[in-house]
Amino acid sequence: MNTRFDPDWAAKPAQPIPGNKRKLWHFHGGIHVPDEKSLSNGRALRPLPLPAELVIPLQQHIGAPARPKVGVGDQVLRGQVIAEAQGYISSPIHASSSGTVIAIEPRAVPHPSGMHSPCVVIATDGDDRWAELPEPIDFEAADAATLRERIRQSGIVGMGGASFPTNVKLNPGKDQPISTLILNGAECEPYITCDDLLMRERAADIIEGARIMLHMLGAPECLIGVEDNKPEAIEALRLEATLADDARLHVVEIPTLYPSGGEKQLIRILTGKEVPTHGIPAQVGIVCQNVGTAAAVADAVLRGIPLIERWVTVTGRAIAEPQNFRVRIGTPAADLVAAAGGYSGEVTKLLAGGPMMGLRLQTDAVPVTKSFNCVLALTGVESPDPGPALACIRCGTCADHCPVSLLPQQMYWHARAKDLDKVQDYNLFDCIECGCCAHVCPSHIPLVQYYRYAKTEVWAREKEKRASEHAKERHAAREARLERLERERQAKLRKKKEAITPKAKAAPAAGKPADASTDADEARKAKIRAARERAAAKKAAEGAPAPAAAEAAPSDADEARKAKIRAARERAAAKKAAAEAEATPAEKPAEKPADAPTQDTPADPEADAARKAKIRAARERAAAKKAAMEAGG
Amino acid sequence: MLIAILAIAALAALFGVLLGYSAIRFHIDGDPIADQAEALLPQSQCGQCGYPGCRPYAEAVAKGEAEINLCIPGGEATMLELADLLGREPADMGEIVEKPKAKARIDEKVCIGCTKCLQTCPVDAIVGATKQLHAIINSECTGCELCVSSCPVDCIHMVPIPETLATWKWPYPTSLPAGQGAGVSALALTAGEAAASGGRSQDEDQREAA
Repeated sequence: MNTRFDPDWAAKPAQPIPGNKRKLWHFHGGIHVPDEKSLSNGRALRPLPLPAELVIPLQQHIGAPARPKVGVGDQVLRGQVIAEAQGYISSPIHASSSGTVIAIEPRAVPHPSGMHSPCVVIATDGDDRWAELPEPIDFEAADAATLRERIRQSGIVGMGGASFPTNVKLNPGKDQPISTLILNGAECEPYITCDDLLMRERAADIIEGARIMLHMLGAPECLIGVEDNKPEAIEALRLEATLADDARLHVVEIPTLYPSGGEKQLIRILTGKEVPTHGIPAQVGIVCQNVGTAAAVADAVLRGIPLIERWVTVTGRAIAEPQNFRVRIGTPAADLVAAAGGYSGEVTKLLAGGPMMGLRLQTDAVPVTKSFNCVLALTGVESPDPGPALACIRCGTCADHCPVSLLPQQMYWHARAKDLDKVQDYNLFDCIECGCCAHVCPSHIPLVQYYRYAKTEVWAREKEKRASEHAKERHAAREARLERLERERQAKLRKKKEAITPKAKAAPAAGKPADASTDADEARKAKIRAARERAAAKKAAEGAPAPAAAEAAPSDADEARKAKIRAARERAAAKKAAAEAEATPAEKPAEKPADAPTQDTPADPEADAARKAKIRAARERAAAKKAAMEAGG
Repeated sequence: MLIAILAIAALAALFGVLLGYSAIRFHIDGDPIADQAEALLPQSQCGQCGYPGCRPYAEAVAKGEAEINLCIPGGEATMLELADLLGREPADMGEIVEKPKAKARIDEKVCIGCTKCLQTCPVDAIVGATKQLHAIINSECTGCELCVSSCPVDCIHMVPIPETLATWKWPYPTSLPAGQGAGVSALALTAGEAAASGGRSQDEDQREAA
């Protein structure tokens, strides 16, 4: 275990490296690990032959997954957009080669859960024909927005592992002026050498990318940080920077220490600034990009080429011929292993990424994604079983080596107790999951697993909290709605009651002036009497058509009284007939006296009779139906 | 001696008057503790605690009338938070069967449009009208299961929410060694075998969920 802890680290300045003219700073902690770079950086880079099938995941970036633009059976060309970005923090996906889309379905992807995720599967036709690419841009004449749009359309995301959409990162906003652009060529993780080879062979493109990004950000300087175990890369970059004749570019050699390649750690080493907790580097005036991302930016802006390939290291002592490949996005990892001579012995661990931060793969059938930088097959010797975790002895070595100056021991205790509030008090979300603490722990406690558990648990609980707030709002709205309906119902009832009483007060005044008494019973009686008289008059009019009408008209008082009596008799008979027809509906008789006063005298007596007959028939039908339902249900 | 007694008595009277005045002048309507307790509950209004909704339970718990371990959807986490808020001892949750989170789903072929479930849903997550097909808005359903028993033709079923990459959580570390189990010997899984053993795939419905 090669570790280093110097209690006076903060007081001493960083050791100057010969040839380096820039001042450097230390970050707290860090560990020295055997870098194992020589396994894979000896062989030259090779392009990998096109695979038969490309499996391109729709989510290869932070943010919303891309939405497919093609359908099954479509012919696609190399570089064609096959899925478009959804929202601002998202990225489009391009076809890595020409062929036919044979499926859009969930497939295995490199993810710690081992779950499947929707992918576009393309059967390559071997022709590798290009789609029509956008025009090259003269970046020095273009404005930042145009360049950002080109970077977005080309699907460029951070290729150092985080895969954050690059156009978003290069848009810090007007209120965050950028003083330094940092290119991350540190590649601090053991075994991985793809960035090393990229810097050696594509230094020109990296420098071009740096200049494009400097133009976009309006920053006065660019620092390219490279660890001192990559002398050839440093020389190549320095040469290209000199050729570019750009005084803003500085290639800075930094001491090899894990995890110098962490964004916040590199910023600290090169500028001495600390990114605040819960903050981003733009807040201290810095933007940091991986060297691979810079090369991709150059490709997109100067040649219109979208992000469809990357360099991947295949290494580990369980691989026959460890080396680096230029690989199309969507190539199965198994193809890379096969091209590297296949497995040579027992594979204890298969990882996507490095030994410290890589994720465990159960199968090599996963595709290479935009941030997939290494296939690592480790033997038992390289990755010994540390045995079961022992009890924490509170030695504090973990805190000595944490590069973020956190307290891993305290976070461990609280995460173990599932006390998520206290874990967050110890700045859980500043943890970069580098694994230094777990590496030095004498009890072999899997510390990073506890922090990962705590982080996802906190996010899940926040999500649940938001969902229950939303449910509470809906419930409250529902209660309010029901209350409102109840109030409206009550108001309607009240109105109906009021509508009845004024009419009762008005009718006796018109009919019998003598009955204008304040007694409620008298008023009701008067109401009923008035209703009866109205109905009688109506009946008299309809009972005997023309002669009745003629008879109703005589000015003779006696004749009028006789007509009234006749009408009353007919009314009684009609009522009896109606009562026989209505067997069960109880509310109908109650409605009748209420209906009578509100009915207007019909102009046509025959129509009135017909209508009444219809109503009677309908009532009989309803009664029969109800009886049938009760018998059947 | 007498003066001392009188002095203390006078002070006590003064403070009593002050407190009485404050109790009236600065009186708050409503129960802030009940509000805080309600904020901790999962708001599914399911009634499994025995109270008709989360607000009545919160008020009962704030008054001290109810035990804090009655909320089943909230589980142990809610019970601990309530204990923390009210200063009570964490109570035993008893036999809790960990049910996976589920959402209700109406079988369209069986629904008769009686609107009984519409009326029972506490968050109005069911849309429909009389004699029209009813449907549950997946994003609004809280999984309280109040509608299941109200359906006269038994067409509502609880469908567990499928896990997606977005909802996946790192598991709590067990005491297994950091190497996560005995080393996988020679990597036998090729692409074909992996597909046959079947990775966990996402349901079509996951696109609807939340």
